[in-house]
This record gives sequence, structure tokens and C-alpha cells, in this order.
Amino acid sequence: MIDFLQRFGRTWIDMVGRLGRATLFLLHMLGALGSLFARPSLLVKQLYASGVMTLSIVLVSGLFVGMVLALQAYNTLIDFGQENRVGTLVALTLVRELGPVVTGLLFAGRAGSAMTAEIGLMKATEQLSGLEMMAVDPYKRVFAPRFLAGFLALPMLAAMFSAIGVIGGHLIGVDVLGVDASAYWSQMQNATSFYSDVGNGLIKGLVFGFVVSWIAIFEGADCIPTSEGVSSATTRTVVYSSLAILGLDFLLTAVMF
Amino acid sequence: MSSPDKMSDDGTTLVQIRDLHFSRGSKPIFSGLNIDIPRGKVTTIIGPSGTGKTTLLKMIGGQLKASQGSIHVDGLQVGKLRRAELYELRKRMGMLFQSGALLTDLSVFENVAYPLREHTDLPESLISHLVLMRLHAVGLRGARNLSPSELSGGMARRAALARALVFDPMMIMYDEPFTGQDPISMGVLLELIKTVNEALGLTSLMVSHDLKEALSISDYAVIISEGVVVEAGSPEQLESSESAWVQQFLHGQPDGPVPFQVSAPDYEEDLMGTENGNSRVGVSR
Repeated sequence: MIDFLQRFGRTWIDMVGRLGRATLFLLHMLGALGSLFARPSLLVKQLYASGVMTLSIVLVSGLFVGMVLALQAYNTLIDFGQENRVGTLVALTLVRELGPVVTGLLFAGRAGSAMTAEIGLMKATEQLSGLEMMAVDPYKRVFAPRFLAGFLALPMLAAMFSAIGVIGGHLIGVDVLGVDASAYWSQMQNATSFYSDVGNGLIKGLVFGFVVSWIAIFEGADCIPTSEGVSSATTRTVVYSSLAILGLDFLLTAVMF
Repeated sequence: MSSPDKMSDDGTTLVQIRDLHFSRGSKPIFSGLNIDIPRGKVTTIIGPSGTGKTTLLKMIGGQLKASQGSIHVDGLQVGKLRRAELYELRKRMGMLFQSGALLTDLSVFENVAYPLREHTDLPESLISHLVLMRLHAVGLRGARNLSPSELSGGMARRAALARALVFDPMMIMYDEPFTGQDPISMGVLLELIKTVNEALGLTSLMVSHDLKEALSISDYAVIISEGVVVEAGSPEQLESSESAWVQQFLHGQPDGPVPFQVSAPDYEEDLMGTENGNSRVGVSR
């Protein structure tokens, strides 16, 4: 029993300690963001690495998700003679929920894991120490550009996911199943509000971008600098990011809609 | 002994370490370390694995902080410097990591140019000249366009040396520069370290396990073990040391003051008392 309590206590102390380190790390990283005004090229490079390189998987996934949504919506709505509302269902589901959430999960798996692995390996191969000894602050040169790039890239990717999803829904709903094209677009336009639907979806994307980038960069910088340590940190990034996205999505949805 | 806050500087000492204490968790690494690194010389720090030699270099560079005691570099107490002051000091210190620590997304040329691009607004033509001069000095002018992954271990360390030199530092710290090198690479590195120190008037501080090679170019050597200095002096003075421990270490004898066997109960008793291969070490009788 004492052993169990000791282990339980140690686990909690470790968790609180890690959370404290992660918060201090975040504050330090936020403080370093100003340096990017002097070196915007660092941000552009990371936007390419985390944003552009994730685009293909996001677009392909978005297309298929939109197609599946249209198919399921059509099969259900046709029983009520409401198949013209396929566009509404596809668009609202995408911009409110699936766009930011699925993009967030894909981003964590593709860009987040890559960030953790890259920074973890930089630590393991003493590149971060090397920068420090060259009087170059890794927070300014390595962490801040990646953080801001992830924060900005995720909402943009989520918007593209939703846009291609709507096109996927059109491909199946209109071109294959025969829903009227003008009804698809007009019903969607009537039911979708730019501020409360598209806007809130973008806010979700920003929140997920913030959290995923924070987790990914912290895990990389805090990992044990061995191959096993980097591997564990990469796994933790994907697991923690995914759980954080799903949990935060529930909270945000409860507040927003 | 001088106070930990002040450096007794007659100009001959570049790095002064006084009463240094440092622990990792509950394990003490240094417990009252005192070392003077002479200016303009090649100094080697040697000691058994796990003694904290690399840790010491990191503490001199301000990457780790002492729990007690002081480290002064060129009159500045490293542990008390603000971040900006520490970075200014680091611009005058070069460090050669065991792995080279080259940035893997940049070419050799860009790696060497990196400190110049970060800290100066020099025109591109001047940067190019400075980088090529340093690369020529280490024999890698022809490898300027290669990426770090295309370099051998020895070449990576030479490229890292060129990068460490590009800012004309007052001192360079070498962390195990000869580990895993073939005889030719080792010879090249030895020659480079010696030549660079003499030609540029640097202070070199080296941590190495390769005693013969390291001592051959050293003016001064310090042996540390279990957190304190065991012996210090010129390589000749160390060689003639009367300490059995120093002799065992310098000549790599397997047994001596550092026993071959890890402390264990009596061998015969241990064998007789063993059940199913599980030793009864620690069981009171």
C-alpha cells in the first residue's frame, strides 16, 4: 500500500513538474517571438516545412471526408425528402468540427511528430548546445519560428480541408447522386454563418495549432537525448496532441455553439 | 585562496575554478574542484569515465550552473552573468563538441559562416573570404559544398573547428576531439590543435581519454577523479608522479588503487551461499 502511494505520489509530482517546465518553456518561447520580425525568413522556412508539406495529406483526407459525409447525409436525408440539404450538412460538419479536428490530428501526426523528432535529434547530436555556445539563442532561432509556423499553418490547413471537403461533397452529392447543384450551394449558403461557423472553426484551428506546436516543440526540447528518448517523445507528441485536440474541441464546442 | 566572487588575476590565468560543487540528482559530480587554466597554453583535463569532464566544459561555457563555488573566465564570473553578458562571453569562446554539432540542414560553408551571419552585418564577399580562409586552414576548402552527412567523423570535427575559429575566439574547448578517429585523422587533429593554438595565440582546453596523444601537445594537464583534482602539472610532472593512482591511470593498468573487482563479498562465501544463481549479497547473517 505504501509502495502504491509512493508511486502514485511520484507520478503526480513528475506530472506537475513537467507541466511547470512546459509552461516556463512556453513563456520563454512566446518572449522570443519578437525576434522573428528581424528574421522573417526563419518563419517562412518553417511555414513551408510544417504547412506546405502537410498540405497534400490534408487535401486528400478532406476530399474523402467530404465525399463520405455527402454519401451518409444523402442516404439519411432522402428518407425524409430532404436530400437538397446535403450541402448544409457537409459544410456545417466540416467548418464547425471535422475541418479543425481532423486537420489537427493529421497535423499532429505529420508536422508535430516531425518537429519533435527534429528538435530531439538536434538535442541528441548537440546541435542545440552548439547553438548556445555560438551565442545563438535556440528559443529565437529554433523554437519560436516552428511554434509560430504551426500556430498559423493549422487554421489555414483546416480552412483548406473544409473547402476541399465541400468540393468532395459536391462530387458525390451532385455529380454522382444527382442532388440539384443550385440547391447544394444555396442551402449551404443560407445555413452557414461566416462569423459563428467559419469564424469559430478558424478559432478552433488557431487553438489546436497553438497546443499541438507547444506540445511538439516542448517534447523535442525536453526529451532524453538518445534514440529511445526521441522515439518516446515523438509518440508522446502524437498521443498528447490528439487527446488535447479532442478534449479542447468538446470544450470549445460547448462554449461556441 | 581567493574569495569565490573575485578572481586573483595576474594575467596568466584565463579560467579560474574555485571550490566548485555540482551534483546530478543525489550523485555528486564535483566536490570542491580548484583548477587554474593558464592563458595561451594547451591544457588537458583527464580522468576516468563519468568524472564530469564534459560537464566541466559545459559549466565553463555557462550551460550548467554550479551549486557552490565559482568559475571565472577572463575575469568574469560565469554563473553570475546575465543572459546577454553570457552570450557576449560565448562569442569569445569556441567549443568543439564530440559529434561536431554541425547544423545538418546547412552545407559545410554555411555552417562555418553561421556565426558570422548571426552576429555581424559583414558583406557577403568578406564572409566568403573569412570562411574560405578557415576552411583552408583545416584542409576542407574543397568540401565547402558538402552537407554534414557526407563528411567522415574526422572531417566533421575539422569543419566544426573551422566554425569555432571563425569568430577569432580567445579560447577553444575541445570535448574528446580524438574519440573514434583513425590514426591519420587523429594526426591531423593533433597538428591542427597545436598549430591553431600557436598561430592564433589561443588558450586551448581539452578533455580527452586519449592520454598519449593529448599529453603530447599539452603544456599543462589536470587529472580529476571523484569530484576533485588528483594531480596537476606539466605532462612530465604527471609522468613522474609518485601517486599509485596516477601511475595506474596514465599507464592503463587493469588493477591497482582502482581495483579490477567491484567491491563484493568474499568470493568463496559468495559461491557457497548462492542459491539458484541469486547472490545473498546484503543478507545479514
